Order: sequence, then structure tokens, then C-alpha cells
Amino acid sequence: MDRELKRSIILDNYQNPYHRLRHDEDDYLKLNSRNVSCIDNIDVYIKIKDGVIEDISFEGEACVISISSTSIMASTLVGKTIDEALKIIENYDDMIEEKEYDKDILGEAVVYDDIAKQPSRKKCATLTWNGVYKKLLSLKEGK
Amino acid sequence: MNREDFPMLNQDLIYLDNGATTLKPKCVIDSVVSYYSNYCANAHRGDYSISQKVDSMYENVREKIKNFIHANDSSEIVFTSGTTDGLNRIVFGYFRKKLVEGDEVLITESEHASNVLPWFSLAKEKGIFVKYIPLDSHHEVTIFNVKKSITSRTKVISLAYITNVIGDIRPMREIIDYAHQKGILVVGDGAQSISHLKMNVSLDDVDFFVTSAHKMYGPTGVGFLYGKFDLLNEMDPVIYGGGMNAMYLKDGYVELREVPTKFEAGTQNIAGVIGMGEAISYLENIGMNKIMKYEHELRNYFVSKLKELDNIIIYNEDTVGSIVTFNVRDIFSQDVAIYLDKHHICIRSGNHCSKILNQVFDISNTCRVSLGIYNTYEEIDALVEALKNIENIWTEIL
Repeated sequence: MDRELKRSIILDNYQNPYHRLRHDEDDYLKLNSRNVSCIDNIDVYIKIKDGVIEDISFEGEACVISISSTSIMASTLVGKTIDEALKIIENYDDMIEEKEYDKDILGEAVVYDDIAKQPSRKKCATLTWNGVYKKLLSLKEGK
Repeated sequence: MNREDFPMLNQDLIYLDNGATTLKPKCVIDSVVSYYSNYCANAHRGDYSISQKVDSMYENVREKIKNFIHANDSSEIVFTSGTTDGLNRIVFGYFRKKLVEGDEVLITESEHASNVLPWFSLAKEKGIFVKYIPLDSHHEVTIFNVKKSITSRTKVISLAYITNVIGDIRPMREIIDYAHQKGILVVGDGAQSISHLKMNVSLDDVDFFVTSAHKMYGPTGVGFLYGKFDLLNEMDPVIYGGGMNAMYLKDGYVELREVPTKFEAGTQNIAGVIGMGEAISYLENIGMNKIMKYEHELRNYFVSKLKELDNIIIYNEDTVGSIVTFNVRDIFSQDVAIYLDKHHICIRSGNHCSKILNQVFDISNTCRVSLGIYNTYEEIDALVEALKNIENIWTEIL
């Protein structure tokens, strides 16, 4: 994907993010992702029914990479089962870490395939993805 | 001024994060290298001549600091690893044994974490209360608000001489004078003030004062604590070990050495202390008044230029000092810092270790420009030019 297209996808997700809103209802799980080394602070809300992610939304204050990557994560994971979502996040993480990964299941998230060139922004691109991964894994393992 | 003294500036770099740490002049670097290259030995340990040289170099720095901050005696100067270390030693070495349940400590919401968290910890342990002096509409401390905040249980006021987010210079002499009338001790945090403000602990009559060498063009990992002799005499060490004890017996009897040696357990940061001494000589040669005047003029210039841009929100326009805190409208501060980095301009973004100040600001993250002696009008122009063209931010950082 060329730079121009990547930029426009990132900016579109930053300026018009997917489901940037708060959900206080009981059927939403809330998790806070905070990057202590910088200043990003995002709350993610997830609604899961019968093992399927029905909705993800978020709110918070963060940089262009954190906001856009959270928006892309939300739109990518909604409708997926917990297992599918875990697999997508694992692939995303491999991509960020410059390992082998399956590009076909990542959708728009491939816009961050060269974020490793800016080490300080790797954390921004993975902040909420990691938080959601831990949450889904603990749900799967019944904790 | 003095740009040629700083090897770091021999590259395409505009360094405007002096509140975080300052660059080091060659004389400071050379003094550290010289210790390691020419007379590397421990202090207070050997009977051989290079060890004696280390002793004398090390103790000379204590004398130099005494003169620099106008203390009465060099025994009132304790070497530390920096401001955080100093504040922790004061809180846990002195106030832990002096304060009792119900006593109050006054700080503000714009203090650095290192002047908040030790007090929180002591509050939990001893049942004391940490209270906040309200800040005025410029986020500054006024003597009026200090007076209003004092109660019969107030035992200590702990404040930065200059804060690291707003950069305001506190009216410390007035505060200390009033506090002493009420029998209250005052701790001064000098991390941000030491390289900008002429310090006179005797005239101020401050009870404790701490700072870090790396904020004043010296090495990292070293600083000093000043305390009035009688207070230091009563203060307990928080670190025990070699060098600080006069004798001990197997039944647990320990006799400590005198002030300040009882606070300097273990091998000290000798290279750092020597570098700190060199940094003080460097600042004295330039002159603190000259530094303060220059930085303030440069700050005024920067503020006037920033005000010409319509997308900038300045949070401390009228503050006297060397820090300007601002945001670019609708752009997250970290993105601004990353954009400026592409132009080789280093500024700080974030909450600047003052995590409770956002409750005052209504905004938790800002850009901070903190000036140092080597910054120039041309550098400010380059920064303003970059901010003027910030509509290019996304093509440059994405």
C-alpha cells in the first residue's frame, strides 16, 4: 500500500473514528488502556454475546496513531468470534514486530506495517490492541 | 549564548526541553572524563595521593555549592542522586519522625510527582493530611492563598521554587517568612529553579532545599540537599552502610558519623559530584542574573511570536521565567512534538509528571518549551515557522 493511501486511511480513522463513544450499559465490558511512557489514555467498551463481539467503542485522549489504530481495531473485530479476534490481534502483533503474518485477515490494519521504523510509535499502535487481547484471552480461559 | 561550549549543539538540533534536562558543556564532560582517566579512586578511603586528591576534589564541591547557594556552612550540603532522592530523604528521614497523626502538609496541584508521592506515602503511614494551596487564575501560588490554607495543624509547606509545567516563580521568601511566624517548616524544590534563579538559602531562610545537577548543565544521577544544620542533625539517614557509621557492635549498637557524612552511605557518585562542581563554576562564570535576564527576554519574544499565530493556546502567557506551555488547537500535543522532531526541534509533550494539574487545567496534556542559556532568537524563529506550517503535520508524520 502506498504512503498516500495509508495516510488517508489513518487520517480518516482519526478524524472520523469508528464508534468513538462511551457505553456505560451493563452488557459492555470496560477496559482502560494507558500508555505510561507517553500520555495516551483510552477506554474501550466491548459487548460480547454468545462468544461473538457484537460491538466495540472507545473514548479518550491520545495521539493520531493510538486513536486511528483503535478505530481500525474496533471496525475489524466487530462481528468476529473471540477466537477469530485473538487470531487477528496475534497477526497484528506479528506485523508490528516485523515477523511473518497473515495480511489477508488484517484488513485496514495493514496501514501500520512499517510502524517499527518509528519505535516510539509502536506502543501507540498496539496500546488498545494489547488491552483487548488480554481481556479476550481471559474471557476465553474463563477467568 | 555560549553555544560553542556545548558539543551536543554541533549538529542540526534545536533543543528546547531544558526543563527535562540540560545539555552539558565540554568543561563538565571533561571534568567527568578526567576523574575516570587521571585520578580514579574512592573518596575517604585511601592513604595514597590520588585518593587524597579525590577527597579534596569531592569536598571542594561541597564548599562550592555552599557558596553558590549561600549556605552558612558546607556541612549543610548533602550529596544525593538528585531532587527526587533529596525530597524522599527529607520526607522519610526528617518528617516521618516529626509529624504525628492529624498534622497537615501543604503542597499545590502543580508540584512534580516527586514532591507529591513521598507525602502521600507518609500520609498513609502516619495519618497526616496532604492539603493543597489553591492556585490563582494564572495557576500560580499567591501569599494570600498560602495564608488562607494554613491551619493550626499545618507543620510543613513543600513547594517548588519554579514549577515544571507553568514555570512560575513562587514568592518563596514571603511564604517562608509567614510560615516561620506560624512555626511551619518550608521545603524548597529547586529542580526547575537552580539554573535560572539566583539561590540564597540564608536570605530566603528556607529550611530544606533540594535540586539536581542535570538540570543545571551538570551530570545526571547527582544532586544535593541543603538543610539547616540543626534540622540535618535531627534527620535520620534513610540509607545505611559503609562510610556513614563511626562504629557498630555485634549487639546492634550503631554510632553514626556527623552531618553530612551520615547521609552519604556507600561509594558516592564521585564523577557526578565533580561534574556538578564544574557546572556550578560554569554558571557562576556566566552569572545567574545575566542568565535569568536573557532567558526571560527570549521567552517574551517567543510568546509575542506565538501570539501572532491564531491556532495556539498559551496557558502561561504572563508568567515570568523560561517555560512556555501551549497547545496547537485540535492537535494532540504528542503529535505536535513528533512533527517538530521532524524539524529537529526537541520539545516535551504530555503531563510533565504533574498528573494532578490536569484537574486545574481542564486539559491533561500540553506542549512545553523550556529555555536554556544556549537557545537563540533564530531557534525561536525556526520553531514558530514550523508551527506556522503545521497544516503539513499529517503528510510529515504519517
